Amino acid sequence: MTQTDSGKTRQKLDRSDTRLRQDEGMSGALRGFIDRVRSGELGLLPVAIGLLVISTVFSILNPVFLAPNNLVNLLFDASAIGFIALGVVCVLLLGEIDLSVGSMSGLASAMIGVLWVRSGLPMPVAVGGALAAGVAMGLVYALLRNRFGMPSFVATLAGLLALLGAQLYILGPTGSINLPFSSSLVRFGQVMVMPAWLSHLLALLPGAFLLFNGLRKMALRSAANLSHEAASLLILRLFTFTVGLQFAVHYLNLGRGIPWMFALFVLFVMIMHYALTRTKWGRSVYAVGGNPEAARRAGIKVERIRMSAFVLCSMFATAGGIFGAARLASASQQAGTADVNLNAIAAAVIGGTSLFGGRGTAWAALFGILVIQAISNGLTLLNLSSSLRYMITGGVLAIAVIIDSMARQSRANHGRG
Amino acid sequence: MTRQDGNEKDCILRLRGISKQFGAVSALSDIELDVHAGEVVALVGDNGAGKSTLVKVLAGVHQPSAGTIEWCGQKVVLESPSRALELGIATVYQDLALCENLDVVANLFLGQELSPFALDEIQMEVRAWTLLQELSARIPSVREPIAALSGGQRQTVAIARSLLLDPRIIMLDEPTAALGVAQTAEVLNLIERVRDRGHGVILISHNMEDVRAVADRIVVLRLGRNNGVFKADTSQSDLVAAITGATDNSVSRRQARMTASQEA
Repeated sequence: MTQTDSGKTRQKLDRSDTRLRQDEGMSGALRGFIDRVRSGELGLLPVAIGLLVISTVFSILNPVFLAPNNLVNLLFDASAIGFIALGVVCVLLLGEIDLSVGSMSGLASAMIGVLWVRSGLPMPVAVGGALAAGVAMGLVYALLRNRFGMPSFVATLAGLLALLGAQLYILGPTGSINLPFSSSLVRFGQVMVMPAWLSHLLALLPGAFLLFNGLRKMALRSAANLSHEAASLLILRLFTFTVGLQFAVHYLNLGRGIPWMFALFVLFVMIMHYALTRTKWGRSVYAVGGNPEAARRAGIKVERIRMSAFVLCSMFATAGGIFGAARLASASQQAGTADVNLNAIAAAVIGGTSLFGGRGTAWAALFGILVIQAISNGLTLLNLSSSLRYMITGGVLAIAVIIDSMARQSRANHGRG
Repeated sequence: MTRQDGNEKDCILRLRGISKQFGAVSALSDIELDVHAGEVVALVGDNGAGKSTLVKVLAGVHQPSAGTIEWCGQKVVLESPSRALELGIATVYQDLALCENLDVVANLFLGQELSPFALDEIQMEVRAWTLLQELSARIPSVREPIAALSGGQRQTVAIARSLLLDPRIIMLDEPTAALGVAQTAEVLNLIERVRDRGHGVILISHNMEDVRAVADRIVVLRLGRNNGVFKADTSQSDLVAAITGATDNSVSRRQARMTASQEA
């Protein structure tokens, strides 16, 4: 096969195969998107539809649901469990699970109460102590999994009970410790919001980053003779993204504003996203989740990757517990019990992290927790008892897992693994 | 039998008395194998002869129960796949060992990514295309997950990956079993190209035609033991006899029957 038509530009390195459909420009991108969805590569579609349905239903039932201040509250509530869900994403990507994240967060909040309030240690020391406990627990799970081949399901189920026991033990008979309202930790968890101007400025950053990164990538790719995204597409994405974000920020600023705690959560989501997609460690995580034996033979230290994921998961659970305590201004026996565990895991799954490993993104934690928290918040506004809330949340989780399984089968049928 | 000791200088890999037990089963016993720079050693044997076990020992996946491995005259312990890779032993496994959820580029560079803290995707993609073009591989897109590729395409990706680090020895476990006619020829060409560049090649195959076409020496394993070393021009029947352990075997009987019926 020879390329003789000199009028055309030089054949791109990655577009030289004649069997490959040339998806270019706007229509090409749309066609590619439809193809992916049809073959089971759903991305954020279920979340978008879910959020749309939830907000429609709840705002009809109670208009307060969409009021700015209610959404601000929702973001406050979402942040603490969001941190836990972010850790859960790490272990799910490996095809493992951590069922003890709820108890871990409960223990962390109890440690904050005991070390900081009851023993009078400085707050940073208490936070450091709690985080250290998280690291230690992650190491224990990694040891059980790597050395003894114990399924993480069982190891963390045992951990769930043990950690809950530890939480009750250190809290003692009083059972609940109030955190001082004037402290920076509690203020961070309850009232601290961004100044409006700063939030608008920060909301411009992702767009600016997209533009910078997109243009840079375009230049580098064309220099390397590879195809690249059309400029029109980049501009369109950037424009809709920035406008959407600015509108959201504006709307939230009609209420109290954007919680710093939520901003911190989003920052960590972005850090984890970078770590998972742009570093060797992240690549190894996906490889181990997809085919541990292949990863091992490629020279990846599978045990170390597992250890890092378990430690990260426990640490994020600890962070979630600390922020949860800050949100409630108390460390109690109830912290981290009931639905915290399942909400965090459900958020990761609803956001599109596969329970079967090797598939999902850090953003799953963010979008998943928004769905979960929206449901919980809406049901609370309707004055439904927690019994009904549990049942409905359970149903949503079941639907999310069904979608995951069906998408997985569809991907297998369409040769997308 | 032909040369087994060979020239001392260019001997890259030397196995002496390698044994491997799985419980009560001896998968390998007392195996000897030499690989020199710039030669293709074919490893042949029937099912269960221990070929794949030997490959895994050399790749660092299994540790031998007994015996020594010498690498360029020095005793080494291949305690892990990464150690084997470091020394320069690259392996293309029979099951390919690819991650189906990752794309071609990610699989090619798995464990060897460029700039670990800010993956250089563009450089990796360019390198992937050049490598695949060198193998005249027919892969439409390197950004598709492996799951979307055919068996032959996956094989090509696996071979390309083994060449990425410019190894001293490359081991191919049944590389042509899933390939079409043209691709098989390409792989055989590739093996010769790799040999001419001064690498050692260990080729495991059931296909006697392929083996005789490219191998400099043919090492026969039978029931986990050495059963002779042959030259490439050895006749098919001699090879089959060594593989099956008898001059009177099902292949020779069938041959005789065919000849008889043709003569009749």
